[in-house]
Amino acid sequence: MDTQTAPETSRRGFYLTFIYGLWSLIGAALAAPALLYLLLPPRVRRESEWIEAADVTRLQPRVPVEVVFRKNRIDGWKITSEKETAWVVKLSDQQTVAFGPQCTHLGCAYHWDEAKSEFLCPCHNSVFAVDGKVMSGPAPRPLDRYETKIENGKLLLGQLHQPARSKA
Amino acid sequence: MRWKDRLHTWLDSRTGVETAVRNFLYENIPASSGWHQVFGSVTLFLFLTQAFTGALLAFNYAPTPGDAYNSLRYILAEVTAGRLMRGLHHWGASMMIVVVVLHMTQVFLYGAYKRPREATWMVGVVLLLMTLAYGLTGYLLPWDNRAYWGTEVATQIAAQAPVIGPYMVQLLGGQGEVGVVTFARFYGLHVLLLPPATLLLIAVHVYLVRKHGVAPEPGDEARPVKKFFPQQVFRDTVAIFIAFVILFVMAVAVRVPLEQLADPTDTTYIPRPEWYFLFLFQTLKLFEGPLEVIGSVVLPALAILALLFVPFIDRGRMRKVTQRTFAASLVALTAIGWGALTVTAVITTPKPAIAEQIDFSQPTDWLQLSPVELAGLGYFRQENCISCHNVADGKPKIGPDLAAGTHKSAAWMIQHFKRPSVMRPGTAMPPIQLSDSQLNTLAAFLLKLNPRNAEGLQAAPDFAVQGAIVYQMGQCGSCHQVNGVGVKLGPPLNGLKQRRTQQWVEDHFRNPQALSPGSIMPPYRFPPSDMEKIVAYLFVLPD
Repeated sequence: MDTQTAPETSRRGFYLTFIYGLWSLIGAALAAPALLYLLLPPRVRRESEWIEAADVTRLQPRVPVEVVFRKNRIDGWKITSEKETAWVVKLSDQQTVAFGPQCTHLGCAYHWDEAKSEFLCPCHNSVFAVDGKVMSGPAPRPLDRYETKIENGKLLLGQLHQPARSKA
Repeated sequence: MRWKDRLHTWLDSRTGVETAVRNFLYENIPASSGWHQVFGSVTLFLFLTQAFTGALLAFNYAPTPGDAYNSLRYILAEVTAGRLMRGLHHWGASMMIVVVVLHMTQVFLYGAYKRPREATWMVGVVLLLMTLAYGLTGYLLPWDNRAYWGTEVATQIAAQAPVIGPYMVQLLGGQGEVGVVTFARFYGLHVLLLPPATLLLIAVHVYLVRKHGVAPEPGDEARPVKKFFPQQVFRDTVAIFIAFVILFVMAVAVRVPLEQLADPTDTTYIPRPEWYFLFLFQTLKLFEGPLEVIGSVVLPALAILALLFVPFIDRGRMRKVTQRTFAASLVALTAIGWGALTVTAVITTPKPAIAEQIDFSQPTDWLQLSPVELAGLGYFRQENCISCHNVADGKPKIGPDLAAGTHKSAAWMIQHFKRPSVMRPGTAMPPIQLSDSQLNTLAAFLLKLNPRNAEGLQAAPDFAVQGAIVYQMGQCGSCHQVNGVGVKLGPPLNGLKQRRTQQWVEDHFRNPQALSPGSIMPPYRFPPSDMEKIVAYLFVLPD
């Protein structure tokens, strides 16, 4: 009995091996690049731009100033120029900082209360000191800061960063 | 095993899917079936691959003119595996045409369209036309010069059609000019209308194949039928695999070009259709004046009608393929005619302008360089600095990375080029044997180099770099500006291609006063190769 069917079964097995094997290869060769294409972040050619925001020599010590500047945002294949805001404070002669304009609680725009010398968020009454530390209210962390550097008396702003939790 | 069987039974009784698959796979096919019948399956596979890669491309593609081009550049330059996806889609389209034609040729040679399979054949012809429609509509979507001008010609041909011409123009979006409306319509056809229509017709086509069975050959009646599975499925799979390997290798190895953004005001561009339409393009040239419509519309329409009605023209009984000599000669004649027209078209089309050889699918930062810096890149290449220095990521080489870190001053660099060991004791770098002015350009280039633009500068084509060297040697910068660098005594040279032809510029070099009376420009008698390089360079400058 085996003499009749053995070649027949082995040929069938050969066919099946190839059918499954080749389709697996094709599937893998299409699926792997597709996953890379969809899941890996695109290679960003980010311009590490520094934008001139203020004249340091004109800042009063510990008096925040709201500055508005334009910044290029890369969004996929589009580069859009957007208006951005920062609160700039000269904390000392050596240190000038720039805060992001949004409260770290839920993103409301806060303002400077001149009478009390503190930043106040109108939404849920978060209060920040002039150096950005949380004084009271629900804000979970100090104000976000822009990278800064000073060249020829001009304050240049870079990326906006959240302060590391441990520092504050 | 037991639970598996039960699951199968449960699934089959609820959905019938197992029975359906079984019926599909264990269909009877004639004893003569074999390797010659694999092309239909390969076509279906390629269609599904096109749908897959097309959908993936659509995830990163903005279907409006202008944005389309930028988003495609984004896919090619920034998205991981984006170049591969576009390669698969582009070459898949060409491959699909090839395989569809092979499929039809096989059916034609074997006379498999004969009674009762006339409808199967006719649906197949419509599917061929739809495949061509994908090619035609997809051609516009990159919105580069090639896409724009190719489509411009195609729509004008459609406008020539007797009676329906004006309606075709309306349908394709308007005033006989390719614009936003035409683009939207082509995109809509390509991704919204054609795919479901194709799926529907494929379903009808496959249903008809199943209904009538695979066409037998004379003599099959006496032989036992075979099952579709596994032997024929194996053959189909092998054929599909071979096709896929060819496609994949092409997508990886053969760069799909992207030309510059579509420029409707470009008067020098010579449009060429995709290779499989070249024979039509050439046929058109055989007819002139009022007869043109014969080549552009009448002949193609007659050919399509003849193809469609093949089963009614040839009504003879089934014969063995080896006895169908008339059909075979017809196929051979068609192939020769098609080949001759295509080859003639390729030979007689003028060489594309040198500027069209720029690959815009990669960064083009080099276009912003001043001639000094670009010439410096030329010496950078000539001196083979790259063999010891990196300018982008890669395995560390013996010398420092020239893009990273802060640059030394130009003066320091020039001294260092001349006597490396004086400025850097112990260095392995050999002195560079160039003149001071050449070293100066090299320093200018290196000052410009940074990690962000390194790749885009490396991509500069040789003709432009050489052109910039000729520009520097001729000291053109003492009277002219390029990219804002130079002296404004003569006219700035950006945008020259909008104002003058290449011939004019060449003549002007040889005898400026003849073309611009009163000009103080001295004549330049460049050797022909230098003339070609500098003119090509001046004509790729950004506007």
